[in-house]
Amino acid sequence: MMSATTGSGGPSTTEADAAAMRAMLGAVLPPVMGMVLLIGIWHLATMNGGSIPTPGKTWDAAAILFADPFYSNGPNDQGIGWNILSSLQRVAIGFGFAALVGIPAGFILGRFATMASMINPIISLLRPVSPLAWLPIGLLVFKKADPAATWTIFICSIWPMIMNTAQGVMRVPQDYLNVARVLNLSEWKIVTKILFPSVLPYMLTGIRLSIGTAWLVIVAAEMLTGGVGIGFWVWDEWNNLKVEHIIIAIFVIGIVGLILEQTLLFLAKQLRMES
Amino acid sequence: MNPEKFVQIEKVGMSFDTKKGKFVALKDIDLNIKQGEFVSLIGHSGCGKSTLLNLIAGLTLPTTGAMLCANREIAGPGPERAVVFQNHSLLPWLTCFENVYLAVERVFAANEPKAQLKDRTTKVLEMVGLAHAIHKYPGEISGGMKQRVGIARALAMEPKVLLMDEPFGALDALTRARLQDELMKICDATKATTVMVTHDVDEAVLLSDRIVMMTNGPAATIGEILHVDLPRPRARLTLAHDPQYMKYRSAVIEFLYAKQSHPLAA
Ligand SMILES: Nc1ncnc2c1ncn2[C@@H]1O[C@H](COP(=O)(O)OP(=O)(O)OP(=O)(O)O)[C@@H](O)[C@H]1O
Ligand SMILES: [Mg+2]
Repeated sequence: MMSATTGSGGPSTTEADAAAMRAMLGAVLPPVMGMVLLIGIWHLATMNGGSIPTPGKTWDAAAILFADPFYSNGPNDQGIGWNILSSLQRVAIGFGFAALVGIPAGFILGRFATMASMINPIISLLRPVSPLAWLPIGLLVFKKADPAATWTIFICSIWPMIMNTAQGVMRVPQDYLNVARVLNLSEWKIVTKILFPSVLPYMLTGIRLSIGTAWLVIVAAEMLTGGVGIGFWVWDEWNNLKVEHIIIAIFVIGIVGLILEQTLLFLAKQLRMES
Repeated sequence: MNPEKFVQIEKVGMSFDTKKGKFVALKDIDLNIKQGEFVSLIGHSGCGKSTLLNLIAGLTLPTTGAMLCANREIAGPGPERAVVFQNHSLLPWLTCFENVYLAVERVFAANEPKAQLKDRTTKVLEMVGLAHAIHKYPGEISGGMKQRVGIARALAMEPKVLLMDEPFGALDALTRARLQDELMKICDATKATTVMVTHDVDEAVLLSDRIVMMTNGPAATIGEILHVDLPRPRARLTLAHDPQYMKYRSAVIEFLYAKQSHPLAA
C-alpha cells in the first residue's frame, strides 16, 4: 500500500519537475540565444582584424578592468567603479532636486487649472529642448563643470516628473474627490490622504521615465564637461584609442540603465500589489 | 425651525451644459422632507435621481430654484449631509477603520480627544457588524462589507441628513435584505433624516415613510408621492403577506410600468 502511493506519486512529481524545467528553459533559452547570436555576429565581423576588437579581446580587457575597479591614480585616472559611481551620484543629485521641485509643481499644475494653463505653454516650449543645450547656462551660473552636469540632469528629469504628477492629480477619481468634498477635508488632508496615494503610481512612472533619460544624458554631459564619470571615461578611452574599453563602457552603461529601470518597475509593482 | 420642512426643495431645476447644448435634467422639483423622515426616490434609469440627490448633498448647485436644509441655503457639500455613494467610494489605501476615522476626525476632532474618536470609529463599525474586519483594507473584504463601511462612514458623522445613492444596488439579494434590516434598525435608533435613491420597489416600500416617484427625463420632475403608513418596526416576513403592503407595492409598480413605461420601450 505504502509503496503503491509513493510509486504513483514518484513519476507525477518528476513529470511536474520536467514541465517546470521546460517552462524555465522556454523563458531563459531565447534571450541567451539572442545574446549568443549578437556575440557571434560581432565575432564574425571582427575576426579578420580591423579597428573594432573581437569579443574575446574585449572580454580580456574587461577582466583586467574589473579586477581592480576602485583604484585611484589622481583625478584623471580612476577605476571604472569610481567612474560609474560618480556618474550615478550626479544622476542622483540632479534627479533628487528635480523630484523636489517637479513633484510639488506637478501637484500644483494638476490641482489648479489656471496655473496649468499659465505654465503648460512654457513646459511645452522647453520640454523638446535637448538638456545639453542647457549645459552652457549651468556652466555660466555654477562656474564649475561638475554642478553644470548635474544641472542638465535636473533639467531633463524635471519634465516627465511634472507632467506625470500633474496627469495623476487630474486623473484622481471624481468619487474620491466627492468624498473629500462631503467630508469637507482640509487641503492638507486632501493632499496626504487622497491626492498623494492615488497619484503615487503616476509619480513612479514619471520617476522611471526621468531616470531613463537622466542616464542617457549624463554620458553626453560628462563627455562635454570632463572629470570623473563614465561619459568622460568613454571620451578619454577614445582619445587613448582603447576601443575595447569603449565597448565595455557601452555594455556597462546599458546594464546600469537596465538595473535602474528594473528596480523602479519592481517598486511600482510592489506598490500596486499593496493597494 | 420648522421640523416639517427640514429639507426644503423649491422649484428646483437642473440643466447641464453639454456638447449638444443645454440638457434639462430636472425641472420644477418641489419637495419638503420632515425631520426623521425616510424618503425614497424611485424612477427609471437616467431620470435624474442621482442628480437630485447630489443637489441635496450640495455636490452640484441647482440652475434654478432654492434648496434649504435646516433653514440654511445649501451652498455646497458638508459633513452634516453625509453621502453613501453608489460604489461605496472607500479609499483603497486606508483600512476600514482609517476610512471611517477620516470622517470622524473631521467632524469631532475639535471637541473630543483622540481616544474618544477611536472609540466612535470602532463603535460605528461594530454597529454595522464589521468588528472582525476593522483593520482590513477595502480590497480584502466583500462588496457587501464595503458598502457597510460606506454606511458606517456616513453614520459616524452623525449627519443631520443621510443621503444614499442606491446603497444596495450592487449586492446580492440575501446581503441586500440583511443590510436593509440593519439600516431600518439604525434609522429607528438614530432617527436620522434619510433620502435614498433606489431601483427596487420592495426596498422602497419596506424602508420608506414616503416614496417620491419621478417621471422620465429629460426635464424629469416628481410624478407622484406615496405615503407608506406601515407601522414600525417593520418585519419583511410578515409584510410579505400584508394586503396593505401589497397595495403600496402595486401602486409603485403601476406608476413605473403603466404611467411611466420604460423610456427605452417607448
Ligand atoms: N454632469 C452631467 N452632464 C451632462 N448630463 C448629465 C450630467 N449628469 C447627469 N446628466 C444627465 O442627466 C440625466 C439624469 O442623470 P442621473 O445620473 O441623475 O440619472 P439617474 O436617475 O440617477 O439614473 P440611474 O438610475 O441610471 O443611476 C441623464 O440623462 C444624464 O445623462
Ligand atoms: Mg444614479
